[in-house]
Amino acid sequence: MSEAVVETIELTKRFGGVTAVDRVNFALQERELRCLIGPNGAGKSTFFKCLTGQYRLDSGNGRVLIRGGDVIGLRPHEIVRMGVGIKTQVPSVMNGLTVMENLWLAARRAHGWTRSGAEVQRVIEEVGLGELARRTVGELAHGQRQMVEIGIVLAQEPWLVLLDEPAAGITGAEVERLVGLIRQINQNATVIVVDHDMEFVRMLGARITVFHQGAVLTEGPPEKVLSDARVREVYIGNRAR
Amino acid sequence: MDYTAVVFLEILYMIAFIALISAGLAIVFGMMRVINLAHGEFVMLGGYTTLACERAGIDIWFAMLVIAPLVVALVGLVVERLVIRFLYGRMIDAMLATWGLSLLLIGVVTLIFGSSAVSVPAPIPGYQLGGYQMGGYNLFIIGVTLLVYLAMWLTLRYTRVGLVARGAMQSAEVAASLGYNPRTVYMITFTVGAALSGLAGGILAPLTGLLPSSGGAYIAEAFIAVITGGAGAVIAGTLASSGIFGAVQQLVSFAHGPVLGDIVMLALAIILLRLMPQGISGRFFRNGQ
Amino acid sequence: MKTWPSIGRLRWGWFLTGAVTLLVLPVFTDTHTPTVLLIWALFALSLGLMWGYAGLLSFGHSAYFGLGAYTYAVAVINIGESTGPLLLAILIPAAVAAVIGAMMFYGRISDVYMGVITLVVTLILFKFMNATAGDQYAIGDARLGGFNGMPGFHVLNVPGLPEASLFGTPMYYVAAAVLLGCYLLSRWILARSFGRVLVGIRENEARCELLGYSVPAYKTAIFTISAAMAGLAGCLFANWAEIVTPGVFALKSAAEVIIWVIVGGLGTLIGPVLGAMALGMVKLLLGEQTVIDNSLILGAILVVVVLAIPRGVVPAVQGWWRGRARVRAQRKVHARPRRRLQSAQAERV
Repeated sequence: MSEAVVETIELTKRFGGVTAVDRVNFALQERELRCLIGPNGAGKSTFFKCLTGQYRLDSGNGRVLIRGGDVIGLRPHEIVRMGVGIKTQVPSVMNGLTVMENLWLAARRAHGWTRSGAEVQRVIEEVGLGELARRTVGELAHGQRQMVEIGIVLAQEPWLVLLDEPAAGITGAEVERLVGLIRQINQNATVIVVDHDMEFVRMLGARITVFHQGAVLTEGPPEKVLSDARVREVYIGNRAR
Repeated sequence: MDYTAVVFLEILYMIAFIALISAGLAIVFGMMRVINLAHGEFVMLGGYTTLACERAGIDIWFAMLVIAPLVVALVGLVVERLVIRFLYGRMIDAMLATWGLSLLLIGVVTLIFGSSAVSVPAPIPGYQLGGYQMGGYNLFIIGVTLLVYLAMWLTLRYTRVGLVARGAMQSAEVAASLGYNPRTVYMITFTVGAALSGLAGGILAPLTGLLPSSGGAYIAEAFIAVITGGAGAVIAGTLASSGIFGAVQQLVSFAHGPVLGDIVMLALAIILLRLMPQGISGRFFRNGQ
Repeated sequence: MKTWPSIGRLRWGWFLTGAVTLLVLPVFTDTHTPTVLLIWALFALSLGLMWGYAGLLSFGHSAYFGLGAYTYAVAVINIGESTGPLLLAILIPAAVAAVIGAMMFYGRISDVYMGVITLVVTLILFKFMNATAGDQYAIGDARLGGFNGMPGFHVLNVPGLPEASLFGTPMYYVAAAVLLGCYLLSRWILARSFGRVLVGIRENEARCELLGYSVPAYKTAIFTISAAMAGLAGCLFANWAEIVTPGVFALKSAAEVIIWVIVGGLGTLIGPVLGAMALGMVKLLLGEQTVIDNSLILGAILVVVVLAIPRGVVPAVQGWWRGRARVRAQRKVHARPRRRLQSAQAERV
């Protein structure tokens, strides 16, 4: 069994009386692609934010290990500097700047001045942002902004990529392109994708961890998980309610 | 023994003073998240209204308790319609515009009343407490402040108007779903806030010399009391912060003089703001009024 | 990376024109008023740099202006020669700003709270200085003077020659040189990665944090730089006025610089400079008559400016600026197709 690059041990996060994440034990191998799914309120986004440092945790919350190092208590920018790329649930980009400027800021932190320019070009080509490069991000459609944010993540050349709802607001051919892009990213990086779009998750074809009421309901390869009756029930049950 | 009573009353008075000048700002901030930097000038206008009435021979009680609030409420209404209503949700812009407004009001008052200090006589004589001469008027101020806050609390808690107001404090949608136009609610709230400021100014007029720049003294303390109090439970928060600042200011003043009292109070404000980003009400009074 | 529209570029043509104009001005007019206009322009530049590009609004920037003035006065009374005091007048405000800035930004307070805290800081300084009348309030040989302030101190001299005073026209040239120098410095800062990260922070702080930038560190740094510049302006002001009073810390002074920056153009460097000079001139002219109070005019201007730009002051300026930049860029594309093809490689980065 190889070393897990991302691991949580008894991770727990409460908000007042609500336990959003309940003693979750999670492990991810190098270069793995993992999907976290679950209905709304299942705790997957909270879990995500615990990994990224967006929620300030202390030792009472359990342990979160990235490449063996405990990141509990670290701020997001410190975690990012470990080589982690983060795309948040709501597109978080610099709306007043152009696509290129956004990408440049992302690339610059990880690279020197001269190399940043080349990095920006590389990402533009990889993500397919050529036509949008000089446009102001605020003017773009939601789906396009999502792609820009993915580009921002890539520009830092992270070894661990965390994507929260990358498929939100995009449909059809764009989803296929996204799937292809994520698989491509996965060739060089470990990836965690959080989403509740079952179709998208199915297309990715990766190992799935299902969240329900803050805990891990089940975990396994897509064929097994997606045909699991309990998983269906959790989704349908929630919708009916 | 007498000295303790004096100190206690002085502290109570200072708390009441801060709470009274903050009441109007607290309502407006708690409801609409608008920081009205012209608030101090509203208070000052209340004072000058009282002065003008007193010079015109109108009974001073009537002037400070009825006319001053009404006049400033009118000014507040005009200000809301012309300026504030375009700036909801734009906190910094509202701060800037109302700062401009405060300068404008100072200019107007200077034009009408001149820039030298004027005074209004205190209508309540002093009394003796043991060996000390006390201002009887201070007791009146403490009393009025208590009444004002009680009235605010009762209105918000037990009347329909108060319910709508509290709903609007949560969000504009709540007010709308209750059948009330949130814009109208805001307009009325701002006017009421102005009236409270005018009342405070009217009542406080006999205390010190009145200057066009008096507002500047009021705004700083009201401002920090309201922001530190927090927007959550605005009445409890503002009372709590007034309590802390008033007590600290007076205690330090007794020991080291009024200037240091002011400075320590301001420094304390910075510390509290730094430690409690949600204000006192955000930290301690999380469940409403 | 080419220059960003939101940052702008140093236009050497305009800069040199401005420099030459400043250089020859004393031939045509007395330098007393222009000197203070230049000083106010520097003060506005310091705020405009921090507010326009990093999005940090200090409601009490007068604190650092005043600290610079008082530091110079106190230091020069004790030291006698002006070079050390000048340096101190830059360093002390910077140090104070670094402490207060770190306290605010590492505490991750909101911009409203920053407004309140910075306001209170200048208020504290004002109240403190106002109360320092009497001989017991002195630093070394320098009595702080309370409400009346500190008059009659040694003005700037040529470094190393205490007898060679720079008062009068030389002071004008010093102010002009300092303003031009600080303008160049600001342009340089903005052109660096540092400046671009500041703009990113202004746009979306959370995202910059998620890119690995330590946002509090950047904010504290620009706050400190801005305070240093304001302190330098304050020091020059002390030398121009030949007296330092608590009025330098007053809320009115804090409000004025904000108005200058907004009216001049938030989001540019030249805007605050021109705004300060224009409105400063208006203030001086108004001050000479008593019919209409100065406050009234300034207040009205501020209200009108905030209201008349409906999308908010900052977005409007940015949008306009970017629109102009795009129009300019399009004109360039259409005007020189050949050049673009040839240097395609260089253009891309």
